[in-house]
Amino acid sequence: MSVDRRKFLKLAGVVSLGAAAKPVSTLLASEDPIHVKKMEEGAAATAPTVSPGPPQGEASSFREPLTAKRWAMVIDTRKLDEATIERCIDACHTRHNVPEFEIKKDEIKWIWEEDFHHAFHEQDIPVYTEHIRHKSTLLLCNHCDEPPCTNVCPTEATFKREEDGLVMMDWHRCIGCRYCVVACPYGSRSFNWRDPRPHIEEIQGDFPTRMRGVVEKCTFCEERLARGIAPACVEASGGAIAFGDLEDPHSSVRHLLEEHFTIRRKPNLGTQPQVYYIV
Amino acid sequence: MIEKAIQGGKSYYSWLALLVGIMLIGAYYWVRQFTEGLGITGLSRDVTWGFYIAQFTFLVGVAASAVMVVLPYYLHNFKAFGKITILGEFLAIGAVLMCMSFIFVDMGQPFRILNVFLHPSPHSMMFWDTVVLFGYLLLNILISSVSMQAEKKGVAPPKWIKPFIILSIPWAFSIHTVTAMLYSGLAARPFWMTAVLGPRFLASAFAAGPALLILLAMLLRRLSKFDAGDRAINQLAMIITYALGINLFFVAMELFTAFYSGIPEHISHFKYLFVGLEGNNFLVGWMWVSMLLGVSAFVLLVNPKTRKNYKVLAFACVAVFVSLWIEKGLGLVITGFIPSPLGEVVSYVPTLPEVMIGLAIWALGAFVVTVLYKMTLNLRERWG
Repeated sequence: MSVDRRKFLKLAGVVSLGAAAKPVSTLLASEDPIHVKKMEEGAAATAPTVSPGPPQGEASSFREPLTAKRWAMVIDTRKLDEATIERCIDACHTRHNVPEFEIKKDEIKWIWEEDFHHAFHEQDIPVYTEHIRHKSTLLLCNHCDEPPCTNVCPTEATFKREEDGLVMMDWHRCIGCRYCVVACPYGSRSFNWRDPRPHIEEIQGDFPTRMRGVVEKCTFCEERLARGIAPACVEASGGAIAFGDLEDPHSSVRHLLEEHFTIRRKPNLGTQPQVYYIV
Repeated sequence: MIEKAIQGGKSYYSWLALLVGIMLIGAYYWVRQFTEGLGITGLSRDVTWGFYIAQFTFLVGVAASAVMVVLPYYLHNFKAFGKITILGEFLAIGAVLMCMSFIFVDMGQPFRILNVFLHPSPHSMMFWDTVVLFGYLLLNILISSVSMQAEKKGVAPPKWIKPFIILSIPWAFSIHTVTAMLYSGLAARPFWMTAVLGPRFLASAFAAGPALLILLAMLLRRLSKFDAGDRAINQLAMIITYALGINLFFVAMELFTAFYSGIPEHISHFKYLFVGLEGNNFLVGWMWVSMLLGVSAFVLLVNPKTRKNYKVLAFACVAVFVSLWIEKGLGLVITGFIPSPLGEVVSYVPTLPEVMIGLAIWALGAFVVTVLYKMTLNLRERWG
């Protein structure tokens, strides 16, 4: 049974959803209008951040899934202001039913705000550049090429999807040992210390909630890519975050990487993080 | 044979009743933890492993230390250990059961634990740790029950058991080595990422385990007619002395490497441990007590005059056990998380439910060891 689900998860990213045209179209029709609107407000100029562009076929009422050989993200920290950061976090956490706990100890976060000083901890930003130390950026799962978290998982509940490099989670298989949380050098994983459901403001019906005792993290919006739409944070970022196929020489992320000097978090560990920062 | 365990006096039953009482209190807190989630512990997003996993780590060492009586007896024909070999094996059984219980209570979804076998993942050290621990438990149950059966009949143990006994020797080393690999292969945690962690685990285990065994042998001398013999106790004391010395040496090497290289992320953990970081000094007092006990026990043990004085030896054994319990059962695991990978100094203190669940598991171990020892004593008293 679980093998089937697993195969399904793996295939979800590549298989055309043609056969399921009807339900998918209804899903898209109910796509959260607030976020689409927000994106239009702020990002008109830099809108096509996702490289395999939206569908052209006017006849189809649903979008083709977005596929890539290697998904990657480029965050332009120069464009991140307080409002943008908040919008990105809000978009992600609302879409994915991420609970909000009053006590920090129980906290769950998929994408969060951190100052440079902590985000690029090993860069040793000089103390006399206070403004740089406390400049904010966004942190999330790096979807590493060599993820240490999937390596330590004793049940394959977290695994790397080989066709596009996403680091995925199977919440039904996770035993809650938290070894992946321990092995992640970026602090990107959260554990459900308590039942999350009472702490979700408004549950989104089209995305699963989690139960206590399992680990969760950013999925690069795998469920949105399958429906042909960009990740929630990318959409909400107003052009500050680009997302695309690293293997495609014409993708936006490749252009950005060629034009700018970018840094990654803890590159010395050999994990090959796939979130790049323009500073 | 188990009927031998239910022939005891009033103090025996009161002791067992006390242990059951502690277990029941722990069970209450565990049910709470199961229904409310691990949020009732002091663990957090930053310090994700704590008291439970630390107890597990320490007790794997106690379990492995049985090899320190098995090895000299079977490989070097050191006859003086003949009487206490079974005590070592029973102690190992109790310790492994405690290890498994500590893993069980630490799981977010404990009833999915069989997924580890359903979806075996050889790339995960936790998979291997589960395999070697289960194997070690089975080996010890097999070996001890076969030798007890033979003892009951008054005959020598059958020959076929010998290969299993020999196998149990490297197996004992493996359980603690794999447990060290659980930690030492993580790039995310510089405090644990040291090649000396495995050797250090073995050294501290071979000091703490035999120290407990000496204390148990001394206790049995008082409470029953069972006498392990001076020769066995003296030899165990010698083993503790060497193992403790090697462990102190390894600790010194770790401190040298961290502080002489001067790499901040290596130094910061040791600072947290011994002087505190940014006002966070939960472990500082504990660690200094641990160091003080460890060093003074070593001084007392290295001197033959004090080592052979059984009153001093008993004190030294308590000191060794407490010192290493603090080092591994508190310091090692928690400090790996502080500061966090983002350089933040976070705090962790176990909560009351957490400590009570932990105590209950220790009571469970004590219960198992008591019953198994009682069975042995009753059997041997019959034979004189």
